[in-house]
Amino acid sequence: MATFKEFRNNVKPNWCPGCGDFSVQAAIQRAAANVGLEPEQLAVISGIGCSGRISGYINAYGLHGIHGRALPIAQGVKLANRELTVIASGGDGDGFAIGMGHTVHAIRRNLDITYIVMDNQIYGLTKGQTSPRSAEGFKTKSTPEGSIESTLSPLEIAMSAGATFIAQSFSSDLKQLTALIEAGLNHKGFSLINVFSPCVTFNKVNTYDWFKENIVNLNEFPDYDPSNRMAAMNKIMETNGMLTGLIYQNKERKSYENLIAGFQEQGLANQDIQLSQDQFEKLLAEFK
Amino acid sequence: MISQLSWKIGGQQGEGVESTDRIFSTALNRLGYYLYGYRHFSSRIKGGHTNNKIRISTHPIRAISDDLDILVAFDQESIDLNSHELRSGGVVVADAKFNPVLPEGVDAQLFAVPITKIAEELGTSLMKNMVASGASWALLGLPIEVFNKAVEEEFGRKGPAIVEKNVEAVKRGAEFVLEQAGGPLDAFKLDEADGKQKLFMIGNEAIGLGSVAAGCRLMSAYPITPASEIMEYLIKKLPKFGGTVVQTEDEIAAVTMAIGANYAGVRTMTASAGPGLSLMMEAIGLAGMTEQPLVIVNTQRGGPSTGLPTKQEQSDLNAMVYGTHGEIPKIVIAPASIEDCFYDMIEAFNLSEQYQVPVIVMTDLQLSLGKQSCEELDLSTVTINRGKLVRESELPELETHQLFKRYELTEDGVSPRVIPGDKHGLHHVTGVEHDETGRPSENAGNRLRMMDKRLNKLNGLQIRDAVRSDSPHDAADLLIIGMGSTGGTIDEARSRLAEEGVSSNHITIRQIHPFPTELVKAELNKAKKVIILENNATAQLAAQVKLYAGGADKIKSVLKYDGNPFLPSEVHQACKELN
Repeated sequence: MATFKEFRNNVKPNWCPGCGDFSVQAAIQRAAANVGLEPEQLAVISGIGCSGRISGYINAYGLHGIHGRALPIAQGVKLANRELTVIASGGDGDGFAIGMGHTVHAIRRNLDITYIVMDNQIYGLTKGQTSPRSAEGFKTKSTPEGSIESTLSPLEIAMSAGATFIAQSFSSDLKQLTALIEAGLNHKGFSLINVFSPCVTFNKVNTYDWFKENIVNLNEFPDYDPSNRMAAMNKIMETNGMLTGLIYQNKERKSYENLIAGFQEQGLANQDIQLSQDQFEKLLAEFK
Repeated sequence: MISQLSWKIGGQQGEGVESTDRIFSTALNRLGYYLYGYRHFSSRIKGGHTNNKIRISTHPIRAISDDLDILVAFDQESIDLNSHELRSGGVVVADAKFNPVLPEGVDAQLFAVPITKIAEELGTSLMKNMVASGASWALLGLPIEVFNKAVEEEFGRKGPAIVEKNVEAVKRGAEFVLEQAGGPLDAFKLDEADGKQKLFMIGNEAIGLGSVAAGCRLMSAYPITPASEIMEYLIKKLPKFGGTVVQTEDEIAAVTMAIGANYAGVRTMTASAGPGLSLMMEAIGLAGMTEQPLVIVNTQRGGPSTGLPTKQEQSDLNAMVYGTHGEIPKIVIAPASIEDCFYDMIEAFNLSEQYQVPVIVMTDLQLSLGKQSCEELDLSTVTINRGKLVRESELPELETHQLFKRYELTEDGVSPRVIPGDKHGLHHVTGVEHDETGRPSENAGNRLRMMDKRLNKLNGLQIRDAVRSDSPHDAADLLIIGMGSTGGTIDEARSRLAEEGVSSNHITIRQIHPFPTELVKAELNKAKKVIILENNATAQLAAQVKLYAGGADKIKSVLKYDGNPFLPSEVHQACKELN
């Protein structure tokens, strides 16, 4: 069985020293090994941005696509071969700005994939512009007077879109993050894991220390029941989204693959595609 | 006895024009006639004039006719808008309810049939289309049993009582009109057909059918006119073969989902029209850069922007050939018949995997939606070719940190391809410039090698019938060049030209990109003058011909961009004027 080392490759990430994304990479590698995957059974599909490079830093199948479209590509991979484990990954700009439409519909569709967002509240690769996750008043190169748009709450949006698994974590907490990714991989449906992953170069406000001071860990609430949708929504609003842990999970709803009429357990990619003459005749009969 | 005639039914959208046309043409198909249909409709569901025209013939036809023999009208508007097409001695069957009148100067026979009244007597005005079609069928003197059988199939699922009522409506309409006319009209007595039942379908259905035969098992698409019938066909069929259709949130999701599924090893398509194609452009570039197979059908309609969404046009050629940023290999093919729609899908899926490139299949609205007779389709000629897809068992073991050379530099530029899940096929895929294993690289030498590898893959590509040629003359007065649905119309114009002593050749360019330069050059050399016919305003096909094959001094363009297909008479007239 593969250990987390098998999910490492020899590519040196081009992230800045101290970037939160390193821990996310490590957590994915550990979680993949912990759930018993082999590298060839995993496909990591990523978007564009600093975090989008992650698919190239994990020893597995990886596709680094176009900005904002990791989710539809990942869903295509899963539909084509449901035997694979599929992780989609990218930043907050990728998933909540240019790709927000796909995020909401991927949540609704509920294919069995795990979506990990590295949320640093800023655009890093383009060198410091505002993100939908930036706080109001946040000054960046594109908002020199401070952002005048309200901050997007991906957790609330995910809840209202009918998400079946919502978690949030902090890249400093490797243990929790790994456990949540494992839970996401084990969840039979779409799992959203938003990870506070500080940008040490362009975001001088939402720093490691700032997160440590401001986040609430759900582990501190032993009575918290992640199957209670109302309670989850309340908790998100109560904490203004600054919470970590498994926030909501619906184990009842079947994943998309399991709702498609006639969809088999065997991956479509592994099935025969040759049509028989008999099958063809039946198709032709409708046109006579 | 005549060998062909044209029938049209007109009314308000939602009034049963579609279903009447369906039953009428199904019955004709059963008798073995060749049919070619044209739908005139608006971008709305209820209301607004709509009409369907069918050309009926004892021999193969591939064009709408200039004129009209029989018009069935549910309202005065249908008469006012269409009676100018009626040939002298034509017939109008109209609902007596609105006191129909023929416009001045129209030399036709009017039968005012109490269509609504009869339908209401039988229980519901919904059946007025059956009364009307029964009446027009009776005038042709064709066997009623065949028509009733088609009625039975249309309404069978609603139960025998409904079938019986509709059959009765047909009978009452027929009886009424035959009494007025004194029997079937001699002038409309069609020669017997060969009795051999043909396939009868729209281009979009042939595309769907071809895709299933090609092994396509997934489709991701967003609804749009005139492409939606492809997804509607496939959602009914693909589940029978293990696959499915996903209606995505937009065309960007549609195309990227298709890219993901192709990457993971399943033949997957998407289909759209101009606006959707525009949205797909960035992703088409990703497929080109990462060498993923991808098949996109673009059913062209009137552009730009929302343009004329339900009308004929061929104006996306430049967008398909040049649309993406940067430079990628891409194939654009244009089916020119209903049979092509089927076989070209197999070709498209094969090409996309053999060359690992995006393939765009371009149709136009008339080809996609015009219902027509189709020759028997032969599955035994269908071969699925997956190119350099390597099976897992053939892969040599990888060492630690070694990656599979998914972008290996090879002589033909095409690299071996594996799919996720294969134990010894690990590699990376990125839209960033990359090396042979897919790892990002900005190295200048690598950049040149990879660009050349990708762009040279299609050198010398020639698809089946890349240029379909009917050029009997070594020195023709005229060469007419077209693409898509216009071929049948051009051929009808040519036979009229031949009667006037003008010799003409005709080629249909089916491989739009990469351009089949040598094949076209050879044809240009055989004609004194060249006319290029296309449904757009800026002569996009002519620009390609001139760019690659030359001949600018003798090429003239005939363009139509008012939303309607060319008529044979228009092509004939234009050729006479330009020759």
